[in-house]
Amino acid sequence: MAKFEKKRGKTAPAISTASLPDIIFMLLFFFMTVTVMRNSELKVDVNIPEATELTKLEKKSLVNFIFIGVPKLPFQKVRGTSPQLQLGDKFADIEEIPLFLEKHRIKVPEKQRAMIISSLKIDKDVTMGIVADVKDQLRKSGQLKVNYSAKKRAGNKYK
Amino acid sequence: MARKSAKDKVSNEVNAGSMADIAFLLLIFFLVTTTMDQDKGLLVKLPPWSEEAPEAKKLKTRNVFSVLVNANDELLVRGEPVNINVLREKAKEFIKNPLKLDNMSESPKKAIISLKNDRGTHYAKYLAVYNELKAAYNELRDEEAMKRYGKKMEDLPNDKQKLIMKDIPLILSEAESTSFGEEK
Repeated sequence: MAKFEKKRGKTAPAISTASLPDIIFMLLFFFMTVTVMRNSELKVDVNIPEATELTKLEKKSLVNFIFIGVPKLPFQKVRGTSPQLQLGDKFADIEEIPLFLEKHRIKVPEKQRAMIISSLKIDKDVTMGIVADVKDQLRKSGQLKVNYSAKKRAGNKYK
Repeated sequence: MARKSAKDKVSNEVNAGSMADIAFLLLIFFLVTTTMDQDKGLLVKLPPWSEEAPEAKKLKTRNVFSVLVNANDELLVRGEPVNINVLREKAKEFIKNPLKLDNMSESPKKAIISLKNDRGTHYAKYLAVYNELKAAYNELRDEEAMKRYGKKMEDLPNDKQKLIMKDIPLILSEAESTSFGEEK
């Protein structure tokens, strides 16, 4: 009897936090493995269109990005308001595409070079003129696998 | 004796209390820098570049499904103005030609889509048209897969997928764009 009374008198034992670091480390490692550093800051406004027949791009190291859109406000004084090309993190001319592709190419292991995909992130309201020029330049430099970046549209049909 | 063991305990235990804090700090850093969004889009294979003009191949008009998009984002399909809502159905009908009409493709293998746009066409419209054409092919392939194997394309093994893709190949030729419209 005395034993029971004694126990009741004690306050509830503190929850052990010894395993807390383990849990946090687990989360940490998860995020470390899935993290891809944000590689380039966008200097152009890109609002990609919607589509239904999408393919996922699996390996990010095999993808290079080409952005086309109207320059963001702080850059409009210098660059104007007509659509511009952005390669990496700076504005570029269409003629610079082959060099840009080559720079990415040499970073990729030789075996995987045939699998390189160019992801074109192009704003909805851009007209096809500049897009056609970029496409010609891609073809000239032998980069034939291209992905027109798009968002998933909810419905199946076009409205 | 008892005192000695207590001393031992103290020297052996490293204080792990701050470990959680360090881990939290790193965790938050990676949480912020992480980008979960996967890049998705329409995968397209461009034709290789050649300096000389391609040979003018004689194609039967019945096998060519021509789609023109002008600078006002209007569509002209085989000479008729068409709304984009019906483009997919039209393309499917043309490729499959279930009634064996003689103004539509002889067989899916021979069907060729010809897409031409203006330099003033909006990219959104161009992609929408491209999407519809690709969707038409994907739906036809799905139907064929259903008929042959009772499964959808994505559930089939690779070799069977290739068989169907060989029978219903997506041949899309893009002509040089016209430049009537105004570019932005």
